[in-house]
Amino acid sequence: MKKSNITLVVILILCSFLVTNNVYAQDRKGPPPNGERKGPPRGGHGPEQTKTLEEIGGYKIGETASNFSLKNVDGTMFSLSDIDNAKGYIVVFTCNECPFAKMYEDRLIQIHNQYAPEGYAVVAINPNINEGNTKENFKAMQSRSKEKEFPFVYLADEQHNVFPKYGAVRTPHVFLLDKERKVQYIGTIDDNARFANDVKVKYLENAIEALQKGEKPKVNFTKAIGCPVKAI
Amino acid sequence: MYKSILLIIPFLFFGFTTKTNSDMVFENVDELDIPIYDFDSLEPLLYTKTNKTHIINFWAMWCAPCVKELPVFQEYEKNNPDVELILVSLDFPEDIEKKLKPFLEKKRISSKVVLLSDPDANSWINKIDPNWSGAIPFTIIFNNKERSYHERSFEDVKDLEKVINTTINSK
Repeated sequence: MKKSNITLVVILILCSFLVTNNVYAQDRKGPPPNGERKGPPRGGHGPEQTKTLEEIGGYKIGETASNFSLKNVDGTMFSLSDIDNAKGYIVVFTCNECPFAKMYEDRLIQIHNQYAPEGYAVVAINPNINEGNTKENFKAMQSRSKEKEFPFVYLADEQHNVFPKYGAVRTPHVFLLDKERKVQYIGTIDDNARFANDVKVKYLENAIEALQKGEKPKVNFTKAIGCPVKAI
Repeated sequence: MYKSILLIIPFLFFGFTTKTNSDMVFENVDELDIPIYDFDSLEPLLYTKTNKTHIINFWAMWCAPCVKELPVFQEYEKNNPDVELILVSLDFPEDIEKKLKPFLEKKRISSKVVLLSDPDANSWINKIDPNWSGAIPFTIIFNNKERSYHERSFEDVKDLEKVINTTINSK
């Protein structure tokens, strides 16, 4: 009798433990990748789209990205060709004020510190630079760079003519180029903007490591929610 | 004794399962309440079986063009009380009470607002629309037969009316 009571208690504790974990997991989970679509069937015939990704333009995987000359926060002009012995380039369109851009600043610093010595430097470009906006003007970029001690260049796309060539639509938006400046990965840095500790897939780092092995990234295009690039 | 334990166990699980499910149903008792969804629980709201016009707008407080166009939706809703409008906020759940609610009050937005919190956006953006880059504002206009997607902001009510008319009424 005593023994079975203990068994019961143990089962109860186990049950509640499992369920608690389960609830916790459900609270935070995303839908399974490539999971089947649930919910009602898609209605309508041939949905319309105002502006397709293709119309937005920009580089496709495998295309060669053009070089540029943009002003860095230190006042000098910077080009991709200024990086000696580059094995690739981590071109990131980011800005000062976007909360998503801010959430990724520390991770960009970390990625630069890890991969720049291996030939893959972060090249940050602000497509939202606007002298009329005190939070996104050149001075604000300089203070942000100083405050966060960016170890990478932070460039101003003053003429707003570099981001449309790349096809950057949100911040942060990453374009990983190989040594020949061929675009090998486009998308987001990882799968959890808000909680670095809960990241499950590091899309960008996986892509860099694939290039290091002489392979093509397995995942070469991802999407994310980010702040819109404000074309002026 | 063991038999009775064995009998009890399934019921225990049953009880917990039901409880888990009820946690997943986000209640919206208070009208001011802003329910939090993950993609799976939001997805049914993106479809309808009726011929009523539905507008779903993805926005956030940190997105300037989104904030600018909110009054356009609000005004359209006022002129067309039959329309079903949901503003899906991509703000952060911890900001609901202190930032989002005061913001909506200040901007006098009384439309239905829900919050989508699902970190791995790459896994659900394509399920909403493969052509969507992930930039906001993003709007879906639909009923049970027609559907259109718009990765841009609407200038004014006329702009929105025109797009709704071409989507829903012109076919």
